[in-house]
Amino acid sequence: MSTVLNAKVPNGALRDKWDNYKADAKLVNPNNKRKFKVIVVGTGLAGASAAATLAELGYQVDAFTFHDSARRAHSIAAQGGINAAKNYQGDGDSINRLFVDTIKGGDFRSRESNVHRLAQVSVDIIDQMVAQGVPFAREYGGMLDNRSFGGAQVSRTFYARGQTGQQLLLGAYQQLSRQIGLGGVRLFNRTELVDIVVVDGRCSGIVVRDLLTGEISSHAAHAVVMATGGYGNVFFLSTNAMNCNVTAAWRAHRRGAMFANPCFTQIHPTCIPQSDESQSKLTLMSESLRNDGRVWVPKNADDTRPAEQIPESERDYYLERLYPSYGNLAPRDISSRAAKRLVDKGHGVGPLKNGVNLDFSAAIARLGRDVVEERYGNLFQMYERIAGEDPYKTPMRIYPATHYTMGGLWVDYELGTTVPGLYAAGEANFSDHGANRLGASALMQGLADGYFVLPYTISNGLAPLLNKPVPTTDHPAFVQAESEARERFSGYLNIKGTRSPDWFHRELGKIIWDYCGMERTQQGLEKALSELPALYSEFKKDLRVTGTGESVNQTLEKAGRVDDFFQLGMLMCRDALDRQESCGAHFRSEYQTDDGEALRNDEEYCHVSAYKWTGDPMAAELNKEQLVYETAHLATRSYK
Amino acid sequence: MNQLTNLKLKVWRQAGPETDGHFESYTVDKVSDEASFLEMLDQLNERLISQGKEAIVFDHDCREGICGTCSLMINGRAHGPQRATTTCQLHMRTFKSGDEIVIEPWRAAAFPIIKDLMVDRASFDRIVEAGGFITAPTGGAPDANLILVPKPVADAAMDSAACIGCGACVAACPNGAANLFTGAKISHLNVLPQGQSERYKRAEAMVHAMDDQFGSCTNHGECSAACPKEISLDVIAMMNSDFRKSKSKNRKALSRG
Repeated sequence: MSTVLNAKVPNGALRDKWDNYKADAKLVNPNNKRKFKVIVVGTGLAGASAAATLAELGYQVDAFTFHDSARRAHSIAAQGGINAAKNYQGDGDSINRLFVDTIKGGDFRSRESNVHRLAQVSVDIIDQMVAQGVPFAREYGGMLDNRSFGGAQVSRTFYARGQTGQQLLLGAYQQLSRQIGLGGVRLFNRTELVDIVVVDGRCSGIVVRDLLTGEISSHAAHAVVMATGGYGNVFFLSTNAMNCNVTAAWRAHRRGAMFANPCFTQIHPTCIPQSDESQSKLTLMSESLRNDGRVWVPKNADDTRPAEQIPESERDYYLERLYPSYGNLAPRDISSRAAKRLVDKGHGVGPLKNGVNLDFSAAIARLGRDVVEERYGNLFQMYERIAGEDPYKTPMRIYPATHYTMGGLWVDYELGTTVPGLYAAGEANFSDHGANRLGASALMQGLADGYFVLPYTISNGLAPLLNKPVPTTDHPAFVQAESEARERFSGYLNIKGTRSPDWFHRELGKIIWDYCGMERTQQGLEKALSELPALYSEFKKDLRVTGTGESVNQTLEKAGRVDDFFQLGMLMCRDALDRQESCGAHFRSEYQTDDGEALRNDEEYCHVSAYKWTGDPMAAELNKEQLVYETAHLATRSYK
Repeated sequence: MNQLTNLKLKVWRQAGPETDGHFESYTVDKVSDEASFLEMLDQLNERLISQGKEAIVFDHDCREGICGTCSLMINGRAHGPQRATTTCQLHMRTFKSGDEIVIEPWRAAAFPIIKDLMVDRASFDRIVEAGGFITAPTGGAPDANLILVPKPVADAAMDSAACIGCGACVAACPNGAANLFTGAKISHLNVLPQGQSERYKRAEAMVHAMDDQFGSCTNHGECSAACPKEISLDVIAMMNSDFRKSKSKNRKALSRG
């Protein structure tokens, strides 16, 4: 039996929906706000901004992070920038254009109303972050500078050198720190969510594990926000930080929150290629580099000369050739597949022939080294540290890698999950990017959700609960969840097998990358779905976790995360198998046009696939939210 | 790709905050020079687990030099031998076969050891909570281009704001002082027009929070040399200047900058 998904989209014309919502939303009197406790899990852009703003409003906020400090969240690694429809460059940008670009970039698999709201509040984000002191790049006159990003023909990206994510996160972290200092927020650092608690159908709190002592404890609240990031680390090798994981979202899923579009995972075109087998993670080189860098491979697959010795006539600038109007700024999914095809055909460069060139020699000749250094200096330095080559002299070598996950917890217009009282924000939800996210839009969405959406929608949800009792942590549901969590972690320690969690994670990642990566086929996905359960049962029998559960034990932390990645991996492959079309980052080889572009099937798949936990990820219940396009017109994307 | 062989590691192991620690010796027979320093430790940890031993605990996360989570004194130097490089960006090609590598946690009283190589840097957060922000509640901000920030000012703010809060400055300082960290945050916010209203209050509050927890600066400059983001000592001068003014001027006058 499938559930009817109510997205709670407000009435009115698309451009009026958010104003209509705010006009009708229920409010909580300032004196009553302190009677409500809100838990925010995760302190990245979405979590820190939500926690700080909710505390400013007067709610009691408890914030949780597994990091040592709120400033470490992986939002910090975003390099290139943040989009906003300010039209400061006078180049024809508008809220509507940002909306259309985002819908089109997502290959018509996102919800119109949410995306339009995102474009609307994008302008407020820049104002807010500037007021907080984020040192965005400026023109000499003191006005804000912009650059362009993939999938857009206007310059709407605001940036702070190559450290935009860092500066925005520090802004949100500082605002959060102010509230911590004032007592509005209690921060629980080095504390990881291990379960959520649902009482009478409503989320009543969370169960956490203190990473320093192993102690399991409960926290009750009127509302819980999951701002816990994406699940790209299911691939083992990705650009995510080492500790990024799906556990919080997955545990919410297991308690009734539907998981939407798990197979929509983004492969970023510009990462440093893998250098050897022992590699632990991949490093992203900002997409902004494609503003000035030209992507090419040797025309002759057997060409082994150093890049600078290959003459112009023997180079294939394939993005400029295939997509002349967007050129090197074609969207991520398209650029990634183009690189993969050429590398698969043997045109790869570098010692393992597993990359393509990103060449700055033309930009250096045109602009001078100083300008290039000012724009990308820290990125060039980062590349040089990792690859041991100087990109001012020789082209960078890049290759696609897993980067961002568009899928996540299903949310309605209010960012509420299918469990009342439980919200999801930022990368943890599925809402705004459809099947492919545009560059510089992740920072925008995280801050939009945390600063400008949740504070309104949470108040609307809390108002009816005023002076009504909510379950406390001595409720049997909390006690039960705590004891299950204790059993789970002592269980990992007691298997006493032979393989480490990392070993299983690596093997899991290989299967997911091979069969559910950049190109997917029915046959491959079926193979993955037969191999995954076998590997998972081996995990449960042969895992080895050394040490104890009573002090810091990173091996034990990892075991819990890998366990959840296994279950998610199965759901991802199932979803990819079910979606018999190609759209955005989800490319099924069976469904492509004659010239190798994604072939959507709007008749049968213009919907969000939302899965309900049934006890077995292979048998999750599929529910569909039909996507209706009233303003944007369903069309085949063309970046030619 | 080449292999390094026969590395001799001496690693600080400490079971908990209250227990005594000691150096433990390990030999790494073989590791690729393309591996990062932390990948070398990952491989050692895999081996320890396979031997039934507890893995070495160390903080790390982004592994691209921006989150500030990783630490480690490597052969006595914060983040190891390479300038402007975090431990996670350090690669084994910096070392050679047969090298002895001594690995310790950050050494500073304000960063107590939690376990093995992991320390508690919450003292940094306390400094920021005291005043390392601009009070700008969500919702009331004017249009971003109404606040003009000349490019050199934005650039100077960004130079200071590049701090990743890793704590290398404190670990490298013979006094365990946090002046570079605190000065960087004060300089970031105090040069910007948005930061003027709270300029001296900020400097005063942050310096007091710093002094409560950390040692005193005696201008060695080790902090800046160890800083993976090459934060300049100038930020300490600006902090001192603003702190001094915060004590000597009438507060109403101070609010006018």
